[in-house]
Amino acid sequence: MGHRTPLYDAHLAAGAKMVDFGGWDMPIHYGSQLEEHHTVRQSAGMFDVSHMTVVDVAGNDSRAYLRHLLANDIDKVGEGRALYTCMLNERGGVVDDLIVYKGADQFRLVVNCATRDKDLDWMEGQAGGYAVDIRERPDLAMIAVQGPEARAILEQQLCDAAGKAVREMPFFGFETVGEWLIARTGYTGEDGAEIILPGGKAPELWQRLLDAGVRPIGLGARDTLRLEAGLNLYGNDMDDDITPWEANLGWTVALDDAERDFVGRRALERHKERDHPVMRGLVLQDKGVLRPHQTVHTHSENGEGKGETTSGTFSPTLGQAIALARLPAGTTGTVEVEIRNKRLVAQVVKPPFVKKGQSSYKPV
Amino acid sequence: MSEIPAELRYRDSHEWVRVEDDVAVVGITDHAQDAMGDLVFVEMPEVGVVFAAGDEAGVVESVKAASDIYAPVSGEVIAINEALEDEPELVNNEPYAGGWLFKIKMADSGELKEMLTADQYQEQIDSE
Repeated sequence: MGHRTPLYDAHLAAGAKMVDFGGWDMPIHYGSQLEEHHTVRQSAGMFDVSHMTVVDVAGNDSRAYLRHLLANDIDKVGEGRALYTCMLNERGGVVDDLIVYKGADQFRLVVNCATRDKDLDWMEGQAGGYAVDIRERPDLAMIAVQGPEARAILEQQLCDAAGKAVREMPFFGFETVGEWLIARTGYTGEDGAEIILPGGKAPELWQRLLDAGVRPIGLGARDTLRLEAGLNLYGNDMDDDITPWEANLGWTVALDDAERDFVGRRALERHKERDHPVMRGLVLQDKGVLRPHQTVHTHSENGEGKGETTSGTFSPTLGQAIALARLPAGTTGTVEVEIRNKRLVAQVVKPPFVKKGQSSYKPV
Repeated sequence: MSEIPAELRYRDSHEWVRVEDDVAVVGITDHAQDAMGDLVFVEMPEVGVVFAAGDEAGVVESVKAASDIYAPVSGEVIAINEALEDEPELVNNEPYAGGWLFKIKMADSGELKEMLTADQYQEQIDSE
């Protein structure tokens, strides 16, 4: 038996098909992954993401520690704002990607569940010489409510203070209301909020939102939604051997402050000057479905080359297969993807594939 | 519980066969479509291709994964279900009716005896 979130019983009651996900028993869908996907694009759905690892960082040196640990610079954002960033190793490879919430007296990090042990070890290992308290918060649950109607529903269903916070907060803003942290963040490309709250309170909020017409959404649709939004998945699209430059994450690396010597900086600066593959989107022109680890044949002014898909799926919104792929720099136009010994034509694009429920990709 | 019609024959790889004279109509079972989730693409064999029983005959792809389909009996493909090109979800919605995949003109109807009955197929999925 795997770990169970406080919403395990609620998932069974909703008819979820449960699967093992990084050691957790999680809902993959509640009947139809495609319907769940469309629900989030068109109205509002909610995800149990309590399996994700929440880590609080406090102490006098927490700011200095995080400016050392993270490739993005927490000084770029003010209190009450969230920042997306990578945590790198000395080679510039991605240990994990995460969101850090900058609070008044502490920082809260949400890291991936599959990398929990590695991340906590890494964070402890980098803390030498810093007066910081790094504390995992397994007592907390996390519910993401996403979709064009998500914030309006939350405003009605939450208490006055939390409702007001949801209404007024800017994109990537957050507010703490009692023990709850409410943030305008997500992993679907839609507007919405993520709520981190005591585990014991999660079933009540879940039920209240269900009663208000918010549909539960499984991890299957979470994956197709994030891929349509052009958002990377750790372990697929980047890992310990891939730098942010090769994973479309250059925008999350803050090099402005030359004095800031974050882990991986020197390797990254060296790597930036060299030829390296880049991540692009693919939209399949033929019928079929793109999957991770398919070989991509490219042509550019530098000649013939090869690349590989890192994530791939059928896009329910576009009705076509889409993928993220690591390709030789300079690849444009069309490429051929090898699927079961056939070569199918795909267009090279700049993600996101879908924005506000509509096709949004640009040819490269 | 998935539906397993008594009059059909099954393979352990989750195909079903309905016999119409010397023609075998082939599809995938309700259990198989449920395990795969929403289907979004079906890659069919070409009409005229000759299979031996057990040959790879096509692929069904759901949002999650791709899964091979095997020819349950030997013979020539004489028809494919063209409706699935635009409506692969028929396999989810009506696995034993509108969601059939292809038809094989059987080379040896004796092979049917080697296939599973509904009860045997039920036992197999119970033991999986």
